[in-house]
Amino acid sequence: MFDACADPSSLEGTIWLMCYLTTAKHFAFYGSFIVVLVLLFCAAPLSLLFGFVATSGVRSSIWPVRLIAKGYINMVRGVPDVVFFLFVPLALDQLFEFIRHKIICSHVLEPVWRGTDFIVCKAAKLPLSTSDLWVHQLYAFILALIAFAIVFGAFAGNVLSGAMKAVPRAQTETAAAYGFSKKQVFWRILVPQMWVYAIPGLSNLWMILIKATPLLFLLGVEDIVYWARELGGSKTSLYAYPHPDWRVYYFAGLLIFYLVMTWVSGKVLAKLQLKLSHGQATMAGSELQGYSG
Amino acid sequence: MSSCWITIQDYAFRSLGIGERILPKTDITICEQAVLIGSGLIWNIYFGLIAVFFGFWFAIILAIGKNNRSALYRIPAISFIFLFRGSPLFIQFFFAYELFVLLPKLGVTIDLGFITLSAETRWLTRAWLGGLIVLFCNTAAYSAEIFYGAIRSIPSTELEAAEAYGITGWNKFWRIIWPSMLRLAWPSYTNEAIFLFHATALIFFSGFPAWRQSGDALYYASYFADKTFNPFLPYPIVAGYFISVTLIIIVVFGAANQYLNRHLDVQQRPKLKLSINLLR
Repeated sequence: MFDACADPSSLEGTIWLMCYLTTAKHFAFYGSFIVVLVLLFCAAPLSLLFGFVATSGVRSSIWPVRLIAKGYINMVRGVPDVVFFLFVPLALDQLFEFIRHKIICSHVLEPVWRGTDFIVCKAAKLPLSTSDLWVHQLYAFILALIAFAIVFGAFAGNVLSGAMKAVPRAQTETAAAYGFSKKQVFWRILVPQMWVYAIPGLSNLWMILIKATPLLFLLGVEDIVYWARELGGSKTSLYAYPHPDWRVYYFAGLLIFYLVMTWVSGKVLAKLQLKLSHGQATMAGSELQGYSG
Repeated sequence: MSSCWITIQDYAFRSLGIGERILPKTDITICEQAVLIGSGLIWNIYFGLIAVFFGFWFAIILAIGKNNRSALYRIPAISFIFLFRGSPLFIQFFFAYELFVLLPKLGVTIDLGFITLSAETRWLTRAWLGGLIVLFCNTAAYSAEIFYGAIRSIPSTELEAAEAYGITGWNKFWRIIWPSMLRLAWPSYTNEAIFLFHATALIFFSGFPAWRQSGDALYYASYFADKTFNPFLPYPIVAGYFISVTLIIIVVFGAANQYLNRHLDVQQRPKLKLSINLLR
């Protein structure tokens, strides 16, 4: 990086550390923090969308839709999220390759699952074996993102359906009495009012989402956990910057990163909650007005 | 059927290192998958039970500490809760493992008077102890927050009435605060127990290595998914096991909830609502 770092073996003390922390691999490590933030900011709206669709499904008048939506939002209660994180990317990957195989290589008649192997023709591989490393990385990231959206969509579905139930019945009944159709009641009465009730649950969900991001490591993405293990492991004198096992310091760094993230989020969300409580007919709202009880 | 019986004999306790050493590699049957994954579930239940049991008592100490007026007790409790609730469990496992690895490889002898136990620090790097300690601290922090909230929401009239009757100090805690606290916290605490149980699936995927391929349910499930390239069998099996244990937890904690609220009318009893608001 810097000229002074050209010969690491001659360096000592602070300069050594500075050079050490600015190697190319360390920049990859710092970049992986951005990967985590990108995941967070993509997964949050996506899972909100999934959750919203699922909640609408729960209220649907067609029973198969209702059943599927209920099953979907309840699945996270009985099964650990890690199981989904391991299952969904693998299953999706096979699904995509299977579909491509059927379309592109329709001349191949042998079954795709052969004993303990899953074989699709070369042209159906995703991503193609000839593509660059970053394509592979991006593909792994997108699969991970879908897994996050599915799991957290189910959580968001729980929060949103609870919030919809919390909207006073009198509101929807009044609307129906005024001749609003079912659709109008849903979009004009229920949806605008439910957000206030949903905010505490959604804030909680955001915190959980932050704390779930290290699971990216399990999905084969080169994320912060991957780099912390990679860089922290003891390096012999064969390396430019030899050092003993420093993984504990790297993980301490990650721990602090997450503590700061959750602390800042907590502060921001508390402010948001306070703002939304203004003028609400709830206890928090009346306390702001200076009433007690 | 008979071959499945042999499989059960071979692999039912494989996760504890008892039975056939070599895991199935070719021609894997559904029976083998179900038995081995079920065998791994022993570990999940072990981690869940012990962490919840010890974590419960530590959580109550932490909750009382956080509620104390003196900063001497309050600040350590708050910091502990913040540390374990503010960071991902996954990173906590990694960090703790690396920390335990660095400990000097010494044996510690504990003299209990009637018996001498020798504990070795290398045990800490094994999942059964090291992972358990992290889970214990984690559930203690989450539960402490639940119990703290419950203590804060005990109606002040109950406490005033107690004081008017001259009930103070330890008696006030044991007879007035404790029963109300448990009663109020129980629905949330049930959720915490469920999600702690789910969190046990993380241990063997974090730093703690599975020794001699003795892992938990998810460890075997991912082993089979890797070996057969077919995720559609092992993961639903593991999901089925987790759902069954979750249902058992709900039944047991539901019974406890009824017991705690036995003095109330049936209509007044709070139902166990399985919200997801308090998971990690």
